[in-house]
Amino acid sequence: MSTIKMRSKESNGLVTVKALIKHPMETGARKNKKTGELIPAHFIQEVHSKANGKDIITIYWGPAVSKNPYLTFKYKGKKGDNLEISWVDNQGNRDSKSGAVK
Amino acid sequence: MNRRNFIKNSILFAGSLVAVPSMIYSNNAYAAWPKTSFDIKDLTDSVKSVYGHNNLEESSKVKLKAPSIAENGAIVPINVSTTLDNVESIMIFVENNPQPLSSGYKLSELSEPSIGTRLKMGKTSNVMAAVKSGDKIYTSTQEVKVTIGGCGG
Repeated sequence: MSTIKMRSKESNGLVTVKALIKHPMETGARKNKKTGELIPAHFIQEVHSKANGKDIITIYWGPAVSKNPYLTFKYKGKKGDNLEISWVDNQGNRDSKSGAVK
Repeated sequence: MNRRNFIKNSILFAGSLVAVPSMIYSNNAYAAWPKTSFDIKDLTDSVKSVYGHNNLEESSKVKLKAPSIAENGAIVPINVSTTLDNVESIMIFVENNPQPLSSGYKLSELSEPSIGTRLKMGKTSNVMAAVKSGDKIYTSTQEVKVTIGGCGG
């Protein structure tokens, strides 16, 4: 199961992309309520998106981005573009997903 | 991120959001992430570390859409768009968060300057959207009142 849910829609030459990523986005400042220990920081640092292999947007996220982050952006594109979104977090985990623009 | 990486990144990324070729890094190839800027705890310093200066200009061409009252500080929807041309990047700063820089969006020729996300806010704070267009930084600021914080345990 991919961690990324992605939707894209073209209208008048502009593609609106919406994505939801499943991720805890731990800040590193929260404590485990039972043990009192700090929960280590675990958050997505970079998100990249490409259309047909060309860069659209590069995103840097800090721990202040909400849990299970939501993201939307627009780019000049067309129906059928091969859209790819990928992320990498501060622990080196990564995931990506691609699909055609509707 | 351990102490060694922290120091290494601090030196390499002082005052800069520019991506350094990843081959410099032996252990992580994704280290373009500007750790220094994300660690700074003061808004003025944070802005300076991102852009190298503090010359900001309020502009009605930067549209910041944020709730005036956020009932849940863990999920505050923020949308930024602009009618400015040649937009290089969009940054969102939350003044009263532990680290004001929340997120940065580097655009390309393909992208439209319109982005949206959801942020955590610890308490009531000004939210500032900064848009880099050409050599200038244009901003729009709005206060978001938070009734329940999103950074506590």
